Amino acid sequence: MSDDDFTRLVEAEQRVEPRDWMPDGYRRTLIRQIAQHAHSEIIGMQPEANWISRAPSLRRKAILLAKVQDEAGHGLYLYAATETLGADRADLTQKLVEGRQKYSSIFNYPTLNFADVGVIGWLVDGAAICNQVPLCRTSYGPYARAMIRICKEESFHQRQGYELLMTMMRGTDEQRRMVQDSVNRWWWPSLMMFGPSDAESSNTAQSMAWRIKRHTNDELRQKFVDMSVPQAEALGVTLPDPSLRWNPERGHHDFGEIDWDEFWRVVNGDGPCNRQRVEHRRKAHEDGAWVREAATAYAAKSASVEEVA
Amino acid sequence: MSFDNAYDAITDASDDKHWAFGTGFDDPLSGVDRAVPAGVSTADLTAYCLMLADDALVLSQRLTEWCSRAPELEEDVALANIALDLLGQARLLLTRAGEVEGRGRDEDALAYLRDEHEFRNVRLVEIDCGPGPGGDFAVTIARLLVFSTWRLAVFERLVASKDPVLAAIAAKGVKELAYHRDHAAQWTLRLAGGTEFSRERMVAGMARVWPLYDELFTTHEVERSLPDVAVPPSDVRAEVDEVLDQVFTAAALDRPDVAPMSAVAGKSGRDGVHTEAMGFLLAEMQHLARSLPGAKW
Repeated sequence: MSDDDFTRLVEAEQRVEPRDWMPDGYRRTLIRQIAQHAHSEIIGMQPEANWISRAPSLRRKAILLAKVQDEAGHGLYLYAATETLGADRADLTQKLVEGRQKYSSIFNYPTLNFADVGVIGWLVDGAAICNQVPLCRTSYGPYARAMIRICKEESFHQRQGYELLMTMMRGTDEQRRMVQDSVNRWWWPSLMMFGPSDAESSNTAQSMAWRIKRHTNDELRQKFVDMSVPQAEALGVTLPDPSLRWNPERGHHDFGEIDWDEFWRVVNGDGPCNRQRVEHRRKAHEDGAWVREAATAYAAKSASVEEVA
Repeated sequence: MSFDNAYDAITDASDDKHWAFGTGFDDPLSGVDRAVPAGVSTADLTAYCLMLADDALVLSQRLTEWCSRAPELEEDVALANIALDLLGQARLLLTRAGEVEGRGRDEDALAYLRDEHEFRNVRLVEIDCGPGPGGDFAVTIARLLVFSTWRLAVFERLVASKDPVLAAIAAKGVKELAYHRDHAAQWTLRLAGGTEFSRERMVAGMARVWPLYDELFTTHEVERSLPDVAVPPSDVRAEVDEVLDQVFTAAALDRPDVAPMSAVAGKSGRDGVHTEAMGFLLAEMQHLARSLPGAKW
């Protein structure tokens, strides 16, 4: 099969499965994208786990703990999907803790009050859903199937987050202050989750042709803004963008320009929490090395006992 | 799948139960008679529910400290799962305590607005067993093994309690605790039989928690005054000893030879007398809930 045949195959919406022939570039792009997604799930546990011990009700504690647990599960499915392409989870983890592979920049911002748990659900999981729903039809079968399950769980998280914010907005003045403060901090980073503008995005064209991506960054960002504005109104919070208004001619909301300097600074390692997040993961991984070694050694001994017996 | 609104595309009104592990959206005790059985002291029953609730709540709080820090992603999921089970048990028991007490306190009032001396958990659950300076994965596993073996033995008897609510909570908890015990026992075998280093850690971990072992079996006055309702923990000592000895034998470990931690003027966890670690644990857990009085979450 030639590269052209392959492109025709995916253009016809055929799914590619693990043992099928695929161009090296397709395989590399997918491994990079899925690993980056898996790393994002795992790093994304940290900002939310930050509030488990202090969750202000037992119901919220249970919801938050279950959510962070789901994220570990998503990381597992996605690492498994990379392994169907010949990648190795231990190797990908090593690349993450050495800072050689990226994860979603959104998790390089801190969670500073409990409303952040709700806003991450509403905006961050919401933006992730906009990015990920189209991936349920992505050309690589194992990735598409993992995304269907992940999207369903993310949508559950998104509604839980929004429900927390609704409850807080109906509460005390201080709770409303917390929600607005949180929205002010997370709105722009959420818009940045869709990546650079189409003009700047180097990977988009090839990924679109391969049906790995289905929509451009700017299209998805616009969808997200259009979906979020009425939700913000229903909630009673102000989105921190004076340029945000409905444009009847376009049939979309116009919105202000993203601070691209900040975007690239955080992508390149200088966000508020980049070092902290990678260091946390590195430490957990290294502190756990002796446990993994013990489990491997024990399994080897048990296997040899079995052989003798 | 619609793309016009990504949320609509994946929203399924009936998917609230998709989570494998409970978050308390439904009541596992629906249909159970909630009246206090005749002749049972409400003060004693309240205190007993708090004892069992606080054990689970405080250990759950400790286990969540592992979240995002476990040695393996699979173990992150497993420890969170165990913490969620215990949190679920705590919520049912706190709700029962508040209901029997009859002063209008719900699970959150009891979890967040009691002070340290009102917490009735055994000291084993509150000490810092890691991650971090207080311990490591082996200490955590040692505590989980001892705790879940003990609590399972108690719950297996509590299933026959005269209080139908406690009996129902125990029936649900038995399945969970059996899994927790099995998980901890398997890790005890792996660590004890893995590498030289892991074996040292496992021996040290068991020695670390063992001083708090005897306290588990000291029958409290409240337990004595609730015949057929409460399970006197002294009744389960022989069984717990035997189960742990089986694990120790399989793991080629010796039962630790360390002295029990003293009580303070004869009082310990069940009396509301705790270790120095407890105040910090509660300060962290209760801070936000207390700083916004009257707020609903």
